[in-house]
Amino acid sequence: MLRYVLHRLLMMVPTLLVISLIVFVIIQLPPGDYLESYMAELQSQGESVDPEKIAFLRQHYGLDKPLHEQYFYWLTGMFQGDFGYSFEYDLPVTEVVGDRLVLTVLVSLITIVFTWIVAFPIGIYSATHQYSWGDYGLTFLGFIGLATPNFLLALVMLYLANVYFGTSIGGLMDPEYIGQPWSWDKLMSVLEHLWIPVVVIGTSGTAGMIRRLRANLLDELQKQYVVTGRAKGLPRFKLLTKYPLRMALNFFISDIGSILPSVISGAEVVAVVLSLPTTGPMMLSALQSQDMYLAGSFLMFLASLTVVGVLLSDLALAALDPRIRLQGGVTR
Amino acid sequence: MTPPPNGMKTTGTEHFVSKAPFDPYSIEALKPEQERYYLASQWQLMWWKLQRHRLAVISGIVLLVFYIAALFAEVVAPYNLQTRHTDFIYAPPQSVNWVHEGKFVGPFVYGLDYRLNMNNLKREYTEDQQRVHKLRFFCRGDEYQFWGLFTSRVHLVCPDRDGTFYLLGTDRLGRDMLSRIIYGARISLTIGLLGITISFALGIVIGGLAGYYGGWVDNVIQRLIEIIRSFPELPLWMALSAILPVNWSPILVFFGITVILAMLDWTGLARAVRSKLLALREEDYCTAAQLMGARPRRIIGRHLLPGFLSHLIASATLSIPSMILGETALSFLGLGLRPPITSWGVLLNEAQNINVVALYPWLMLPVIPVIVVILAFNFFGDGLRDAADPYK
Repeated sequence: MLRYVLHRLLMMVPTLLVISLIVFVIIQLPPGDYLESYMAELQSQGESVDPEKIAFLRQHYGLDKPLHEQYFYWLTGMFQGDFGYSFEYDLPVTEVVGDRLVLTVLVSLITIVFTWIVAFPIGIYSATHQYSWGDYGLTFLGFIGLATPNFLLALVMLYLANVYFGTSIGGLMDPEYIGQPWSWDKLMSVLEHLWIPVVVIGTSGTAGMIRRLRANLLDELQKQYVVTGRAKGLPRFKLLTKYPLRMALNFFISDIGSILPSVISGAEVVAVVLSLPTTGPMMLSALQSQDMYLAGSFLMFLASLTVVGVLLSDLALAALDPRIRLQGGVTR
Repeated sequence: MTPPPNGMKTTGTEHFVSKAPFDPYSIEALKPEQERYYLASQWQLMWWKLQRHRLAVISGIVLLVFYIAALFAEVVAPYNLQTRHTDFIYAPPQSVNWVHEGKFVGPFVYGLDYRLNMNNLKREYTEDQQRVHKLRFFCRGDEYQFWGLFTSRVHLVCPDRDGTFYLLGTDRLGRDMLSRIIYGARISLTIGLLGITISFALGIVIGGLAGYYGGWVDNVIQRLIEIIRSFPELPLWMALSAILPVNWSPILVFFGITVILAMLDWTGLARAVRSKLLALREEDYCTAAQLMGARPRRIIGRHLLPGFLSHLIASATLSIPSMILGETALSFLGLGLRPPITSWGVLLNEAQNINVVALYPWLMLPVIPVIVVILAFNFFGDGLRDAADPYK
């Protein structure tokens, strides 16, 4: 097991390096460097530019150096917790971002748990009652969830929640709790607001998961050992939970890897619509104002989140399934 | 010839021999329809199998209708894309009636009366039950340039001469939503097709290289695919489309967005191509071609690809929806297409505000064609995938 964990961890390093390279290329693509546009913007607003500060920033982030050295600075800076400078906010990125990253992780995690809770029973029902009306109905519902654009669903849910439950519009908590220390009331307020993004982001992932769980379980249910078990007179429920479900469960863990990118993608757009204090809205504004270090850090963070998520799901799978653990890293 | 061992002569019962000519293959003879089946080509078989998938056929017809409507958008839409009706801003959808005061008059709409509510400054529209405006068909309405080729005024349906016909309401500039949705279909539907063409080409070339050569080429490409797949799609799309220069013309932006969408989408196809190629390149006919000195390009293109092209087309169909949704989301966020280009995403961009949901819910109607088209592509793709292997 230890060897497998080490192997997977080592594999992660080149992946993250390549991702950082791609992100760097993306943030470098717009013409001109940031300080130039930053200075131009300040001057256009009639503000004075402190040449010392510009010179310091230019030197600190190595903007006068060739590209590969800039990349190196950026990369080593990230290891030291320095993600660059946000020109729009005039602050280091780490201070701008604050607890937005934590909230993004929180929303994504809860969404995945929600997806599981919904997809699991529905998937089992659909597989055991194949071609029944319930199966068709639930499958169709899943398809609708897949086809509806997240952002519009978010908008409608927001409106309905406001009309029927009186939830305040936008944000992750009622306005009076913003900036307050954590308390029971604040927590309740957060929970009250959290379910909308979770349900909205969850819909698209749930549909896919139900389909895959159903297909997997159907494959298992047709195997000989199930027939043998039935012939021996095992009760139906026990027969289902004892073997085929366990086999399908493995896949359930490994599926995090495939739904995590879509969950994070969905979370970004939905967060913009609902103006959640997660990475979404800030990343959008950073992209629009070409505040590229900020945008780049977000992009890097989201990609790393996916990579780490996949790693965790692989490790969990290895812990569950000896075949993967013992073959040393051959997954899927 | 030896006589029977007991020496008896067969006198009583004569051995029966049928006089009819004997055909030794009569059992194996095929009925005409069986013969038709066995002689049919692979594509013919797929077509037959697809026809049996009822949902896929219906979806295919729906898609066809959408594409035809997009092709003839100028004719199908009752108004032009940019025609503004300043007297009818945020007009709600008008319903089509058939019977007026117990008399059948055919499809018509009632006239709209506009009043500004001075208490809350809300525009209020009421139906005037006295004014009957019959709809006209194949009639003359707004003048348009059909695909920029020739000028015409013929529309499939237009309002009465002094009446209005807003089946899906109007937007903040008093433009007819139905017409805008029909024109928007042109962009939204082609972006999927165009994007899939690009990603199809990329997927076949890159996956083909990986699958045919194997070894380190395969390894590098596999890692690359893994990395690209580990990016959350939408943030990367957002970042890439934010790079597109602001001073590009709308049509360039359209192509840019298409390329961006395709650039992240080819990985699935490349994987499918690779795994199929890995299996097929071990076949005898491939070895034979190699021995005869065919180049890799010819072997892949001529001998290997046709073997699983049908699968590829099916999986390509299944990945069109994600592109359409991607464009919609990008345009909704304001990072994708921009007016004057009108796509469903651009239309939905106007519905970004919570006020819209509360006051003008019909501005969200462009989501209906999005859902319908995506469902149709999904079902049609499922049917294609089932039909892709007709020999099963």
